[in-house]
Amino acid sequence: MTTAEKHEFPMARTCPFAPPPAYEEIREEEPVSRVRLPDGGWAWVVSRHEDVRTVLNDRRFSADRQHPDFPALVEGEAASRRPDEERFLIAMDPPEHGPARKAVLGEFTVRRLEALRPRIQEIVDERIDMLLAGPQPGDLVDALSLPVPSLVICEMLGVPYADHEFFQENTVKVIKQSTPPEERWAAMGAIQGYMADLIAEKEKNPPDDLLGRQIVTLRANGTYRRTALTSMGLLLLVAGHETTANMISLSTLAFLRNPEQLAMIKADPSRTLSAVEEMLRYFTIIDVATARLCVEDVEVGGQLIRAGEGVLALGYSANRDPRAFENPDELDIERGARHHVAFGFGPHQCLGQNLARMELQIVFDTLFRRVPTLEQAMDIDELPFKDDANIYGLYQLPVTW
Amino acid sequence: MKIIVDTSRCVGAGQCVLTEPALFDQSEDDGTIIVLNETPEGELVEKAREAAHVCPGQALSLEE
Ligand code: SF4
Repeated sequence: MTTAEKHEFPMARTCPFAPPPAYEEIREEEPVSRVRLPDGGWAWVVSRHEDVRTVLNDRRFSADRQHPDFPALVEGEAASRRPDEERFLIAMDPPEHGPARKAVLGEFTVRRLEALRPRIQEIVDERIDMLLAGPQPGDLVDALSLPVPSLVICEMLGVPYADHEFFQENTVKVIKQSTPPEERWAAMGAIQGYMADLIAEKEKNPPDDLLGRQIVTLRANGTYRRTALTSMGLLLLVAGHETTANMISLSTLAFLRNPEQLAMIKADPSRTLSAVEEMLRYFTIIDVATARLCVEDVEVGGQLIRAGEGVLALGYSANRDPRAFENPDELDIERGARHHVAFGFGPHQCLGQNLARMELQIVFDTLFRRVPTLEQAMDIDELPFKDDANIYGLYQLPVTW
Repeated sequence: MKIIVDTSRCVGAGQCVLTEPALFDQSEDDGTIIVLNETPEGELVEKAREAAHVCPGQALSLEE
C-alpha cells in the first residue's frame, strides 16, 4: 500500500467482509491522521474505539453538514450547501438538536416498538411466502431485505407503500458516490417534494400515524412547521429502509458462509439477538455519517485538532479495534459485545436502532426456520456489493432453497 | 451500588432498557430514561455496569 492510498478517503476495500486494509494500518501506526477528501480538501480520521467515542460525544465537534467548512465526502457537496435551509436531525447541533430529537423519540422507545412486533412478524412471513412462491433462484434483496424495512417504516410513518419504487430509486441515487451532483440534488428534491405534499395532505385531518401524531403534538405546543416535519419524515423514510435492508442481505450472506454460526442460532433462537449485535459490529455499514467539524481546539488521541478542521470518526475501524474487541476480525455471534459503534455514539446515536434490531431478529429467526435449505446462488466474486455507496450493502443476493 | 443518572445527557437511545428492563424504562413522551431500581443487587449489578458502558450519552454512572 502506498502512502497516497493510505491517506485518501474513502479508502478501498479488498474483501467484502472487512474494512479497507488501510484502516488497520492507520489504527496501529497513526491513529489520528490526515486524509485527502474527494474534492481535494482534507480531514482528520480517528480510528481507535476510544477516540471515536470521544469525538462523537463531544460538543466541540459539530454535526452541521451545511456549514461551509464541513468535510465534503462526495464531489460537489460543498457547492450545494444551503446554510439557510431546514437541517436534517443528523445535521443539527444544540440547542436545536435535543428538542427536535425528543419530539419523535417517544415513537421509538423499546416498549413502544415491542407493540409492533406481531405486525413485523406478519410482514416478514408474507414476504417469505412470496419468495417461496417465486422462481429459483430468487433475489433476496428484492423479495425480503428491501420490502421488510420499507413496509415497516411506511406503515409507521403513514407513507403509502405503493410509492416505494419512487423513493427507493431516488434513495439509491442519493447514496451512490458516483451520482453526478445535479442528479443527486434532483433525486433529493424529488423525495422532499413528495414528503411535503404528503404532509400537507395529512395536515387537513391528521391520521393516527407517526406523521399525523407529530402534526397534532407540535401544533398543540406551538412549534409545528411543515418544512421541519418534512425533513424529519424524509430522514426516517430513507434511513429506515436503506440501512436495515443492507444489514439483512449482508448478514444472511455471512450466516450462509458460516454454517457453524448459523447452526448455533438454529439450535437456540434466543441467540439471535446477540447474533444481530455481532453482525452490526462486523459490518458497520456507514462510516460517513460520523463526519464532524471541529469548532474549538481539542486534543484527541494525543493529536491537537483545531477549530475549523474536519474529522471522520471511523466507526468501522473502531469496531475492529483489538483494544475494544478480542479477535475483532472473527465473526462470533456469542461475543455479546454491545459497546460497538455501528449506530454511532453520543447525542446523534441512531434513534431507530431498536427498530432495526427487532426487524433483524425477526427476519433471521423466521427465514432460517422456514427456509432451512437456503443457499447462495451466485459466486462470491460475482455478487454486486455496494462498494460505491455511502451505505455498504448488496444490490442483489440470488438464493435457492 | 447506586445508579446515578444525569437526564440532561440522556439521548433516549434505549440501550439501557435493552440491557436490563428490570432496572430501566423510558418515558413515553421523549424517550428519556426512567430508573426503576436505583440500588441493584446480585446479577443486576453487572447489568447496570453494562448499561453504563453502552450508554451513548454517558448519562449513567455508578456509585460503588
Ligand atoms: S442508554 Fe443512556 S442515553 Fe440511552 S436511554 Fe438509556 S440513559 Fe438515555
